[in-house]
Amino acid sequence: MFNMFKSLWLYRYFVLSSIRNELVSRFARSKLGGLWMIIQPLSQVLIYALILSNILAAKLPGIDNKYAYAIYLMAGLLAWNLFSEIISRSLTLFIEQGNIMKKMSFPRITLPTIVVGSCGLNNILLFISMMGIFLLLGHQFSFVTFWLIPLTFIVIMLALGIGLILGIMNVFIRDIGQAIPIILQIWFWFTPIVYPESIIPESYRHLLALNPMYHITNAYHQVLVYNQMPDINGLISVFFIACVLVLVSLFLFRRASAEMVDVL
Amino acid sequence: MSLLNVKNVSKAFRTYSSEWKRFANWFGLSAKPNEENWVLRHINFDIQPGEAIGIIGQNGAGKSTLLKIITGTLQPSEGAIQVNGRVAAILELGMGFNPELTGRQNVFHAAGLMGFSAEQIHQAMSDIEAFAEVGKYFDEPVRTYSSGMQMRVAFAVATAYRPEILIVDEALSVGDAYFQHKSFNRIREFQEQGTTLLIVSHDRSAIQSLCDRAILLEKGKVIKDGNPEEIFDFYNAIIAEKENSTVEVTKLEGGKTKTASGTGEAKVEEIVVYNSKGEIAETVGVGEQIELQFVVRVYEDIKSLVLGCGIKDRLGQMMFGTNTFHTKQLLHHPKSDDLFIFTVSFAANLGVGSYSVHVSLVEEQSHIEKNFQWLDRAAMFSVINLDKYKFVGTAWNEMNFKIEKK
Repeated sequence: MFNMFKSLWLYRYFVLSSIRNELVSRFARSKLGGLWMIIQPLSQVLIYALILSNILAAKLPGIDNKYAYAIYLMAGLLAWNLFSEIISRSLTLFIEQGNIMKKMSFPRITLPTIVVGSCGLNNILLFISMMGIFLLLGHQFSFVTFWLIPLTFIVIMLALGIGLILGIMNVFIRDIGQAIPIILQIWFWFTPIVYPESIIPESYRHLLALNPMYHITNAYHQVLVYNQMPDINGLISVFFIACVLVLVSLFLFRRASAEMVDVL
Repeated sequence: MSLLNVKNVSKAFRTYSSEWKRFANWFGLSAKPNEENWVLRHINFDIQPGEAIGIIGQNGAGKSTLLKIITGTLQPSEGAIQVNGRVAAILELGMGFNPELTGRQNVFHAAGLMGFSAEQIHQAMSDIEAFAEVGKYFDEPVRTYSSGMQMRVAFAVATAYRPEILIVDEALSVGDAYFQHKSFNRIREFQEQGTTLLIVSHDRSAIQSLCDRAILLEKGKVIKDGNPEEIFDFYNAIIAEKENSTVEVTKLEGGKTKTASGTGEAKVEEIVVYNSKGEIAETVGVGEQIELQFVVRVYEDIKSLVLGCGIKDRLGQMMFGTNTFHTKQLLHHPKSDDLFIFTVSFAANLGVGSYSVHVSLVEEQSHIEKNFQWLDRAAMFSVINLDKYKFVGTAWNEMNFKIEKK
């Protein structure tokens, strides 16, 4: 394990330049460049807001901004986008990089690190642009916002753990790569992002606690929408789950690295 | 102290009836793989600093797998490899280049992938730029490069830092002749400074000019380790022996063969190539007396029958050929169901390479009048140089020099 981090440190320049190159090449030759990164999620927010705000706005309690629903949406999407981006990128990571893994010898751990770095960077840019919009909409912030730092960390851990396990298995069983996007889609709608949890019938609401992403989006909502401290109890168990998943994934990664190249 | 120590290395590719069994293996449960395909078996060798070693073997002998294990991309299933120094490989040049980034950015990235720090890369950058010689294109996106330019930059990065072991796979054909010389020079320079070379090639002259030792792999085993000249002779002999023992007679079913055409009144049913010992062969030596045997069946009463045959090289160029009309052996009025065996013998005075047999059955002197059957690439054989001095060209002709001093 220690060696893994040591080699990661030796290859830090490669990781950094990969993250930068990814960003540069994604928007090379497009006029708006990096703006697209913000336009995409915002258009998503706009669509939901236009379609659903009239139905749902009345039911968002405890906030009197008329753009409350849009703010609620953005807060949830900030968490979900990071989560789903890391999972979907990790899922196909080894298959996409198969060629280079077969030909070059370098620490494999750099690959998921690059994914985390570039998804994290995207998330920061998205956060900054959302902050701008929140201010335009007249929403206030407090020091509670700094809670987003540990929250983001938990999301990354959770997504990396799940994504890495699935990504390794996907090398051997390719059905996983097809199934996960569907499952993510279902998972998205089972998490209160687009709707407030209050619309779920009382008798089913306790089931939400089983969804780790519920605790996370809930915390994002508390921090960004209501300027409140997040609910620590739920987060601690999610953090614990995330740690276990990351450990399992790193263990699997060490075990599978050799055989992965054999079948790629 | 040896630079590279390959100790009892074996490699198996395992397939499982269910991938879940493979996963179970990682968690310490021992599930038996369904099939184990051993591509390398008990490989042992030692390499000293400054040696240059050629790795020879037929396709599928395990050369690439061995190189990948030495490079570190594949893990051996058994045994161990000990490398004392940095291994660099010139395998697939320009891999992982991002077309949207400039040459310079790609160099930075590629050198990073090799594990160099930013300062080391910056120090080497001007050398890389100078060696690649792509001029102002160095700061243009790689997508605007010609493939040759891309190769130059890639070669320049791959050899920017002198490694302890340099692996060169097959294609040393980087760009134009000028750059080939330049890259060859760089490899020689490295060798002089003490870099060990590992070269994979089928090119006898390249290996003999660079290497002082060769290792012959066959079916995943090292079967010979010694000086290149000796190894190559042994290799050629193996090919000849092995190919011949497995050759089957080329059976031609009905008209369903290679490039066949014709009206079908007479058909070639079988083609066999015999070497000088009268054995069925697929590989023959330069100048060896060989025989082609054609079994021909007649399906309808015809006026006359002529068999034509010729030898073509791999480019489809006819080396020589004639027919039984010109040799005045025309068969008159063959009857339906007659079976003829045509045997033609000649010396394989051909250059080293692969050749195909062309055969045709016609009525008169050429296929313009009546064409019963026309077969291209009806049989294949290769010619290897077993006992002659080295020569070039598509034909063998003994050349006797006489040198007098006046």
